Amino acid sequence: MTVQELPGAAAYRPTPPPAWKPITDPAPLLPDPEPYRVLGTDAVADVDPELLLRLHAELVRGRRYNAQATALTKQGRLAVYPSSTGQEACEIAAALVLEERDWLFPSYRDTLAAVARGLDPVEALTLLRGDRHTGYDPREHRIAPLCTPLATQLPHAVGLAHAARLKGDDVVALAMVGDGGTSEGDFHEALNFAAVWKAPVVFFVQNNGFAISVPLAKQTAAPSLAHKAVGYGMPGRLVDGNDAAAVHQVLSEAVARARRGEGPTLVEAVTYRMEAHTNADDATRYRVDSEVEAWKAHDPVRLLEHELTGRGLLDDEGIAQAKEAAEHMAAALRDRMNADPELTPMDLFTHVYAEQTSQLREQAAGLRAELDAEQDHDEHGAEAGR
Amino acid sequence: MTTAAVTADGRRTKAKPATMAQALGRALRDSMAEDPTVHVLGEDVGTLGGVFRITDGLAKEFGDDRCTDTPLAEAGILGAAVGMAMYGLRPVVEMQFDAFAYPAFEQLMSHVAKMRNRTGGAMPLPITVRVPYGGGIGGVEHHSDSSEAYYMATPGLHVVTPATVEDAYGLLRESIASDDPVIFLEPKRLYWSKADWSPEAPAPVEPIGKAVVRRSGRGATLITYGPSLPVCMEAAEAAVAEGWDLEVVDLRSLVPFDDETVAASVRRTGRAVVVHESPGFGGPGGEIAARITERCFHHLEAPVLRVAGFDIPYPPPMLERHHLPGVDRVLDAVARLQWEADS
Repeated sequence: MTVQELPGAAAYRPTPPPAWKPITDPAPLLPDPEPYRVLGTDAVADVDPELLLRLHAELVRGRRYNAQATALTKQGRLAVYPSSTGQEACEIAAALVLEERDWLFPSYRDTLAAVARGLDPVEALTLLRGDRHTGYDPREHRIAPLCTPLATQLPHAVGLAHAARLKGDDVVALAMVGDGGTSEGDFHEALNFAAVWKAPVVFFVQNNGFAISVPLAKQTAAPSLAHKAVGYGMPGRLVDGNDAAAVHQVLSEAVARARRGEGPTLVEAVTYRMEAHTNADDATRYRVDSEVEAWKAHDPVRLLEHELTGRGLLDDEGIAQAKEAAEHMAAALRDRMNADPELTPMDLFTHVYAEQTSQLREQAAGLRAELDAEQDHDEHGAEAGR
Repeated sequence: MTTAAVTADGRRTKAKPATMAQALGRALRDSMAEDPTVHVLGEDVGTLGGVFRITDGLAKEFGDDRCTDTPLAEAGILGAAVGMAMYGLRPVVEMQFDAFAYPAFEQLMSHVAKMRNRTGGAMPLPITVRVPYGGGIGGVEHHSDSSEAYYMATPGLHVVTPATVEDAYGLLRESIASDDPVIFLEPKRLYWSKADWSPEAPAPVEPIGKAVVRRSGRGATLITYGPSLPVCMEAAEAAVAEGWDLEVVDLRSLVPFDDETVAASVRRTGRAVVVHESPGFGGPGGEIAARITERCFHHLEAPVLRVAGFDIPYPPPMLERHHLPGVDRVLDAVARLQWEADS
């Protein structure tokens, strides 16, 4: 049977598809093409000088912390440290825009943000030191455990923010991720969930140019990472990640928007990782010195210092004071990290389940016996040698 | 047939035939009614009531915020549940089918199983992940996997699987009440199995982690769980004609594993066959057989045998009956238990 023979075929008139209406107008969601800047522009006039000074002190402290932690890896006191030197403006702003009741979801490179939020500098390093996984109570500080798998903490931030909203609590979650992490499935699922649920979350991408050795152009074909926001139905914002005042302002607006119940925002900070991925990496294999030099000229600490000294808000003495405070912090960190942590092997079994299974009880008893035998041996050995 | 049951306050109620699916739904409902922090989320769990209708009526009774249709993304669902649990809720996640849970494995392995441990006990995650699992319902590929071995091999998770209507209710209530994450494996082909059951007076269930002897016998022990329990019960009945007196142990919980009940049974009988439908190689049966051998070696009259699914990807529906351990295969194994040596 051919089409022409179908009954009623002659009477058929093609109709247009049922009306299609986009769910969201994409235009307001698109980021500006240029990263937003404050320092060195007219916009800086509106920024509270006190805030600028605070940002400066924290940036100086953060830079020193990075240097000290890197030195500790060379002394074998830290197993590894992924430095955020060059990215301090992002780290500090992320910590300072949050209220005490808010939550921070850091990635593994965001030790500095956790410290700037008030976490004990030593507790912040426990994961990287290797004595415990998380050295602090996440609920007490409202800082999720530093997350080693990429982007997996982002859906947690969404779930937590969603739960807080369901409970009627005025809480915002700020979730941090690197440029490489934006390629992970969890990044996309988290953004989609957050937008659909209108969860009070801010996604903060620190685009530092490289995922270990892979440059951004091999990571994404998007115009910018902030452009990805439109696909999920949330605004994307592009900011100069070395401009502490700009990052603080853009994140503050995103946090305020989330708090108003208007949903999530994706903020991309364009910055640069001045050092290698970690102390275990050789950055000279994948990038050229001239690029590093160009970014050094745009250093976040120098940018802010230049602004503050130029406006007479900070002088050499003020800079020296900030450095001195940072030295005190570093010395204290050094001293405390030089003490060997006290380890309790039996803790291996303590926090696997609320109540130990009979299997774990057996294994714990086995380890207990081994430890007792070791101690016995040590004591008798000592006696024999006397 | 109906029987009378007595409620806690002494009222007599009629027990009526109920399916496992109904008992599971009732467990969710009762948990949600009792505890406002219990939230159900997953794909199609709201308006549709789940593809197996387990969550039927929950969205209507408790609202979209308590029973939530999520975007179609398993890692996102479980990841969001982690955050919800971090904020004090008790999420119950539905993974639509066994193989659909695999995208969520990273969340499960890296976070759900480890959060309590990573945070030194500061942040337990009371999440229940419901996974309809196993075959025998004529599902096309990726709808019939038995994935319990992956979950069992991940410290930090409880792995629970009911085989009866009563246990479906009781164990799910216990799982939701647990302060630790529970992988709650629902045997799909038993969803429509029935028992006389009164939701007003459900049989008390012990905390998760206890196996139960479903049939007493002196000759050999069949050790099984979930979808293979009815197979083993039928095999035990059929074995009577052969002169074999079989005991059947229903594990109910794979993690924690009830060594005590299993070893006590095998010490009594001296022979054991482990029966499950997941592939045998690297499967639960190997672990169970090893545990029995370590504990009961001098009581054993024969090697511990395994009857498992073949070591193949789950077969297409028209061939699945050859793959699934049936009564004959169980009886063949029982026949190989060196009965002559005993006589």
